[in-house]
Amino acid sequence: MLERIEKAEKEIKSACERLGRRINIMEVCGTHTVSIFRDGIKSILPDNLKLTSGPGCPVCVTDQWYIDCVVELAGRDDCIIATYGDMVRVPGHSGSLETRPGRVKVIFSSEDALELARKNPDKTVVFVAVGFETTTPATAVAVREADSEGIDNFCILSGHKLVVPAMDAVLSNKNHRIDAFLCPGHVAVIIGYGAFGKIVRQYKTPCVVAGFEAVQILEGLAVICEQLAAGQSELESVYKAVVTRQGNVTAQKTIAECFEAADGYWRGLGKIAKSSQKLKEQYRRFDAFDRFGLKEEHVEELRGCRCGEVISGLIEPPACRLFAKECTPRTPVGPCMVSAEGACAAWYKYENKKK
Amino acid sequence: MCLAIPARIVELKDDKAVVDAMGNRWKAKTTLLPEAKVNDLVLVHAGFAISLVDEEEARKTWQLIEEINFFSETSNKLSG
Repeated sequence: MLERIEKAEKEIKSACERLGRRINIMEVCGTHTVSIFRDGIKSILPDNLKLTSGPGCPVCVTDQWYIDCVVELAGRDDCIIATYGDMVRVPGHSGSLETRPGRVKVIFSSEDALELARKNPDKTVVFVAVGFETTTPATAVAVREADSEGIDNFCILSGHKLVVPAMDAVLSNKNHRIDAFLCPGHVAVIIGYGAFGKIVRQYKTPCVVAGFEAVQILEGLAVICEQLAAGQSELESVYKAVVTRQGNVTAQKTIAECFEAADGYWRGLGKIAKSSQKLKEQYRRFDAFDRFGLKEEHVEELRGCRCGEVISGLIEPPACRLFAKECTPRTPVGPCMVSAEGACAAWYKYENKKK
Repeated sequence: MCLAIPARIVELKDDKAVVDAMGNRWKAKTTLLPEAKVNDLVLVHAGFAISLVDEEEARKTWQLIEEINFFSETSNKLSG
């Protein structure tokens, strides 16, 4: 293992020397952000190689309007909110789910949310369905089951998003400085690494899929740096254990059965075409937006919060004047600090402690 | 979040499984991985198996998770 790390380090160093100029690699996935910090990877990289956190933390890219909707529904006597844990503390304009403890249940699977609906027939269970393609199939299975069993007191507030359109949006911003992407390993288990091919073809930007341990990240970075030094832009995966080119076809079909791509609003990136998952017509009765008449509107971000710019890779957390002052893990203002995988939380935890 | 845990399927009926990893057992579903069988090692995310995984990869991940937990506990103790 150590040999592989040393080999990758050498390759990165050599390629970066040949390149000479500054290189920016965006790690798309929040789990990569955390791994990079936790394993101290930045400290062994050459000075001219910079890693930037991207829009890969599903909680961080969830826009304010969605959060306000969830908190509003949590205030209703006839609702139970079923959510993954990382959404509970995200602040909206009138508090977070934490402030409504009685009606909020933390669950680990969409199946748990469905079970809550079965056990509480006099309440409507609203499942806070947030996540990328790794998580979307789980929601689709639950919706399908609700449909076939007639569990009508179950509905979902779909905040599911697609990763590739977000990468496209990052590169469409003329201020971007991204030379390559380190692509998310478990999203790729579902969608296949081939799905990143369109980014490579359209933008001539290298895309390499890696897993989450240090060796994987370093080997992924080494492949990227070698490509850049050789003037190439290719699609590759170093996560051979679980990622294939075509991905998990059963999971893809399951998503396609229940969802269709619609325009989505991403914190920091704005509106992105065909980037969010909306329930198809035949499953629309499980759509909480429809059921509760929630109309989409762009809500003003919490004052001073620059999470959007952090997610787009335009600034680093310390550039936000709230960072580590009003905005800390104990008193978060924006999602990047609330979510354990947010760039700000990771930076605070690992980088700040050094001081 | 992207985190997925490797686990061994110890019980399986239709698509309802019990999986075992790191001293814990919990329920998961194999709806997204119809080819999974009892005794297979699978990657579990949000209560669903999403991929088969080999022994070596599973072992490395379990070791990593243990190290992270140890690191977290130690670092929490040190910072008081």
